Amino acid sequence: MKFARIILANLLRKKVRLLLTIGSFAVALFLFAFLAVVNDAFQRGADVAGADRLVIINRTSIINPLPLSYRDKILRIPGVKVITHNNWFGAVYKDEKNFFPQFVIDPENQRQVIPELLVPDDQWNAFVKDRQGAIVGARTAERFGWKIGDRVPLMVTIWGTGNWEFNIDGIYHGKRPQDDETQFWLQWDYFQEHVSAGIKGQVGWYVLRLDSPDDAVRVSKAIDAEFANSPFETKTETESAFLANWVKQFGNIKFLIITIGTIVFLTLLLVTGNTMAISVRERTPEFAVFKAIGYSDRAVLFFVLAESLIIALIGGILGLLSSVVAVPVLAKGLNGLLPALVLSPSTLVLGLILAILVGLISGMLPGLTAMHMRVVTALRRV
Amino acid sequence: MVKVDGSGSQSSLIQARDLDKTYRRGGEEIDVLQGLNLDVEAGEFVAFMGPSGSGKSTLLNLLGGLDVPTRGRITVAGDEITHMSSGRLTEWRARHVGFIFQMYNLIPVLTAFQNVELPLLLTKLSKAERRSHVETALGVVGLSDRMNHYPRQLSGGQEQRVTIARAIVSDPTFLLCDEPTGDLDRKSADDVMTIIEELVGRHHKTVLMVTHDPVVAARASSILHLDKGVLVEGKHTTPLTGAGGVA
Ligand SMILES: Nc1ncnc2c1ncn2[C@@H]1O[C@H](COP(=O)(O)OP(=O)(O)O)[C@@H](O)[C@H]1O
Ligand SMILES: [Mg+2]
Repeated sequence: MKFARIILANLLRKKVRLLLTIGSFAVALFLFAFLAVVNDAFQRGADVAGADRLVIINRTSIINPLPLSYRDKILRIPGVKVITHNNWFGAVYKDEKNFFPQFVIDPENQRQVIPELLVPDDQWNAFVKDRQGAIVGARTAERFGWKIGDRVPLMVTIWGTGNWEFNIDGIYHGKRPQDDETQFWLQWDYFQEHVSAGIKGQVGWYVLRLDSPDDAVRVSKAIDAEFANSPFETKTETESAFLANWVKQFGNIKFLIITIGTIVFLTLLLVTGNTMAISVRERTPEFAVFKAIGYSDRAVLFFVLAESLIIALIGGILGLLSSVVAVPVLAKGLNGLLPALVLSPSTLVLGLILAILVGLISGMLPGLTAMHMRVVTALRRV
Repeated sequence: MVKVDGSGSQSSLIQARDLDKTYRRGGEEIDVLQGLNLDVEAGEFVAFMGPSGSGKSTLLNLLGGLDVPTRGRITVAGDEITHMSSGRLTEWRARHVGFIFQMYNLIPVLTAFQNVELPLLLTKLSKAERRSHVETALGVVGLSDRMNHYPRQLSGGQEQRVTIARAIVSDPTFLLCDEPTGDLDRKSADDVMTIIEELVGRHHKTVLMVTHDPVVAARASSILHLDKGVLVEGKHTTPLTGAGGVA
């Protein structure tokens, strides 16, 4: 492109200004990527959830239990393939800051219902035989430096007092990057031995797998109808609906993030729009010369747009690249507090598209001014 | 011969007939040109003089296709430019006119070479052809050794010589100079005028120049005065007396 040198020379005319504008894009796009990652983490429900899974909780609230005796009744409902149950364990490892989710699991059905969390067979078999056994997600194991064979004490808070001891028998990995690798699983039988008589035989919630995702509505209705008007009424939802409701407890995160994101981009638009406007105004006589010697109005618009587009692209790419480097570091820092932070390619692509749009819009107004400016007026003004 | 009474022949290179130019400022109308006629033949070197505000730049801008008259008609080399669309006018300027203004001619972030090359980027010339044209043009103005200098590294006179090189590099039909020496000291003005004279004398260029400096005007082959919206013929110049009486 023979005009590249003109565009480059114009870009480099005020280096500090160029760096500041590129910097604005970089900071904004970095922030965008970070917000998107946090948002993804909270909205992950949909991509983690199995389409063929239902979650059954107590109609009153998730902290109210359901009887274990429901299991066989639910299994009899046509369309239900397998069912498992969990309790929230909620113990503390050394310090409350060391939060990670701990679930009481039913070893018999766990792997059939949640097959995407993989445990090697030998580790799983050792766990099943070991009443004090535990399986831990790879991220949590790494966080505390736990290895297979380690003995780990957890201080209970909900189910009594004192420490319960566990043997780390296995480490699970998620099949997909978005899978949660922070959980800690203990055995239902061990849990039952230790809890007080009044709460024995009560599960926190059920998770079941359907023969076909198409049955979700029918089976949910059948389950809730089955236990209607009992002391433990149920609320059955698809796993994705359940996770979405879970996220809502934290307030409307999505709205907050979209609001902050919008403000960031509007600010960026004002800053770069203003910079481009100043830069074009300073060059009024130069644009007049270009036009006088035969450059078309469209060529002038093209010069201005090319400039703002290049700034947007360089700044945007810098910001997104630094987010690629920084997100894993931040994810480590936030260990366990949030679900896995994953920077998806679609976030990067969306970021780049937004940067290009802001670049085009901020160059458009000054570009049109330069385009419509008349040579004689411009030359008289100076 | 230059004519200002509308009697020029069809063969004149530049022909202006009954030009009116009226500016509207606020509610007020300013009639700058009123029925102006001009005929210039190829190879002539014409100086326009007149007091500040008399419409010299206005006339040059009309002849160069930078602005359109309120009434009347301008024909250059057989093309009537007064009714061209602004897009066609832009292309016409690129092909037919070389501009030299008083100041702000050069793009400060481009070297002398790159500034001179600008008009050629609009043509289909190859990179090598462009280079040779630019080098020739800079040679004509005596700045072959300043090709890679930026405007701020050049003196005012050198800047105007680079501008002349840019104006001639695409071999336009005629050159328009609006106070080309207005910002220069006597010595630099002299150098610039020597080059313009050479362009006319040696390279047979047609040059129309506005100046209010009689010494500069004296180097032209004819001097016209703008007076109440029309052109009147001045004395034919003799180098010693100049165009006396015009301030
Ligand atoms: N774009 C314009 N709008 C309004 N008035 C103008 C404009 N251009 C020139 N004029 C007026 O027209 C007159 C002639 O201007 P100009 O051609 O620049 O004179 P000169 O070059 O002889 O000094 C002046 O009175 C000037 O104020
Ligand atoms: Mg003037």
